[in-house]
Amino acid sequence: MAQYTLTVNGQARSVEADPTMPLLWVLRDLLELTGTKYSCGIGQCGTCTVHLNGSPIRSCSFPVSAAAGQPITTIEGLSAHGDHPVQAAWQEGDVPQCGYCQAGQIMSATALLATTPHPTDDEIDAGMSGNICRCGTYQRIKAAIHLAAAKGGAK
Amino acid sequence: MSPATTTLDRRSFLKLSTAVGGGLLIGFRWGQAAPPSNAAAFQPNAFLSIAPSGKVTLLNQNPEIGQGIKTAFPMIIGEELDVAWKDVIIEQAPLDTDQYERQVAGGSGAIRSTYPTLREAGASARALLVTAAAKKWGVKAADCTTANSTVTHTPTGKTLTYGELATAAAKLPLPDSVRLKDSSQFTLLGTRVRGTDVPKIVTGQQRYGIDTKMPGMLYGAITNPPEHGQKLGKVNDSAALRVPGVVKIVSWPDKVAVLATNTYAAFQGQAALQIEWKSPRIRESSARLSAAFADAIKNGAGDTKRKVGNVERALQNAERVIEATYEVPFLPHAPMEPINMYADVKADSAYLLGPMQTPANARRDAARILGLPEDKITTEMTRIGGGFGRRLKTDFVEDAVHASKLAGAPVNIVWKREEDMINGGFRPAGLYHYRAGIDAKGQLTAWHLQSASVTSRGAVVPNNFPNGAVPNFQVDIHHVRTDVSTGAWRSPNHNVCAYLDQSFLEEVGHALGKEPLAFRLELLRQAETAPFGKVDYAPARMRGVLEAAAKMANWGQPPAGRFQGISSHFSHHSYVAQVAEVSVTDGRIKVHKVYCAVDCGQVINLSSAENQCEGGVVDGIGCAWFGDMPIVDGASAHTNFNSYRLIRMNEAPEVETQFLDTGYPPTGLGEPALPPASAAAANAIFAATGVRIRNLPFVHTDLKT
Repeated sequence: MAQYTLTVNGQARSVEADPTMPLLWVLRDLLELTGTKYSCGIGQCGTCTVHLNGSPIRSCSFPVSAAAGQPITTIEGLSAHGDHPVQAAWQEGDVPQCGYCQAGQIMSATALLATTPHPTDDEIDAGMSGNICRCGTYQRIKAAIHLAAAKGGAK
Repeated sequence: MSPATTTLDRRSFLKLSTAVGGGLLIGFRWGQAAPPSNAAAFQPNAFLSIAPSGKVTLLNQNPEIGQGIKTAFPMIIGEELDVAWKDVIIEQAPLDTDQYERQVAGGSGAIRSTYPTLREAGASARALLVTAAAKKWGVKAADCTTANSTVTHTPTGKTLTYGELATAAAKLPLPDSVRLKDSSQFTLLGTRVRGTDVPKIVTGQQRYGIDTKMPGMLYGAITNPPEHGQKLGKVNDSAALRVPGVVKIVSWPDKVAVLATNTYAAFQGQAALQIEWKSPRIRESSARLSAAFADAIKNGAGDTKRKVGNVERALQNAERVIEATYEVPFLPHAPMEPINMYADVKADSAYLLGPMQTPANARRDAARILGLPEDKITTEMTRIGGGFGRRLKTDFVEDAVHASKLAGAPVNIVWKREEDMINGGFRPAGLYHYRAGIDAKGQLTAWHLQSASVTSRGAVVPNNFPNGAVPNFQVDIHHVRTDVSTGAWRSPNHNVCAYLDQSFLEEVGHALGKEPLAFRLELLRQAETAPFGKVDYAPARMRGVLEAAAKMANWGQPPAGRFQGISSHFSHHSYVAQVAEVSVTDGRIKVHKVYCAVDCGQVINLSSAENQCEGGVVDGIGCAWFGDMPIVDGASAHTNFNSYRLIRMNEAPEVETQFLDTGYPPTGLGEPALPPASAAAANAIFAATGVRIRNLPFVHTDLKT
């Protein structure tokens, strides 16, 4: 066990954890930020995606010891009032079915738009194919990303 | 649909018959509303309440699993109530079988079965509000209209809001009868309404079962047998107990639960368990099952599920016999939210909270395990992160109950992804042998399907098209026993049989030189005008969706480089036809687009309905394209998404959906768009390559020729 200070959504948070504990479980069980979800646990489905230094990572496979001292953004911290253009586009497009994968989808989409503000369909496919949606809402996700891009989603 | 007047009996627990929805007997528990939290609130039934402040709360009784019921059910109440939708608050009701019927997510039956009840709930409340307003004004109720949570006296233009009327309405007796709207008067049903929980989902505020945190709660990792049919032997938990955070380890038949202060510690403890598993005499394998299926069809007696005419004689007399054998694999459900459940078992009561598709079964099974009466068990549903049939079972509820009881603490259990991929219960694997007889005039005179599967029911849909269009028609099933557990998988039996029937039908049509759409329409005309045997689907409605899909897709004239395939299927009382546009380049499949025409009667929420069709098509094509779960040496060959392949965005087709306005009451939609999709794609692949894929998944067939 070791002590770590994490910067999560702009706040310094202190946790005592096994150095190998994936960031996912630190967020969910120790900090009770449950917006980030567990699904495969091996970095294959994208459901647990968060931003570390602004880049998307799979928190299920990223040890807490490697995350300390760097800014972490989760779905809860993406915007102050849930009004990030990507979140707004997801609402406008009524994207979710079960909704369980959508936090990861949104974190991947915001990261994509940060580097590619106006992506083509192929660029969206390339940027988002690491995220599985078992309900099959891909068409709506793609449309929402285009909508967010049109509204300046790269912020 | 014509307006219907229903007579309401004021006594509670009365079953009443209604003209709505084809004269079904509807149980409606009038007067059994939950105790009012605010005495002045208007709570005429268990489905809604209106506070004097004007706050309107609509309750959703069923589990929300992504099918959109938490929005659709309140929309039905709200339509008849004439409520201002933007001000409505929607809440999830707990399991309460005294108040509600069929609190189930499964079988695409919720809307169809509960539609009349919900309409009456809204309409009767509206009637009381109108009566209250009419009394207050001293006018005739017939001169009042409602809209946007407001009653208007039409001659004078006077208005009162529902909030202003709530206290007075609460004192009125229930009406003897209510008039339901004609569907032409609908202002909410059939429109696009955003899902109730979407704002919470996109901000990470939505709680799922796996997010449950309670004081004193332990996290429990469940270990199941790693191979099918194994039994629990000795457990050495000394290493597991040394893992920091592990609190307790408990076991019961064929399960071990590691209980810890966080999920990671529970998983680490689970990995440190040393368990002896006792294997069955035969370690199951897909190879053994395939051989057993073939043997059963060749030599078994079988069980006839449907018989029209005399298939054997017709085949003997046939000019040509076309035969084909198809095989389908096991499929896991793989919902994105892993299996989890919260239970807090006390000496004389228990509390259950979690993602259940069948909460009443969960309560029943918990009561049995604990030896408690069901009324001592409180059961609440969380929003469910997908199920596809997986959470119809209550095995995980039993796990939570056992673990909490044995640990003497509240427990949230979780199955690692791998545990569910091995032990979640699969869509049954099966082998299917078809024979079709063609007479000298080129007519289809015989259709014989023999199935061999791991379920006693045969995993067939024996009464579907082209039944009714063929003079000699027979379906036989053979049952092969296995240790591999199976379960209902989205659109059970239909998900396989639509693929099989619609592929083999195409093989027959091709052999006869018939154009695929014309061949189907010809058979449907036969089933409609001069059917053979009993026909359980409506041929005219099937024709309607086929013609609509063909029109949408510009059938027969695909874009350059693309090939079309068509398919249709009747399931859950709904009709769906699809045209897939496919290209195959160097053996690589690309499904560009799927046109989807649907007759599900009245559409409730257009946005959600389209979403179900888009997802159903993607699921149907994805699982047929990639889905496979071989059993090797007793174990599941794939245990996670690194090797079990689910369809991803770059592979998903665009889907365009059209709902036919046929005037029928609403029928199922969570499942019906899935079954026809795989055959539409396979028929298009045949058009592109000349290769008929008879073994699923598609990726097992080499198309590089």
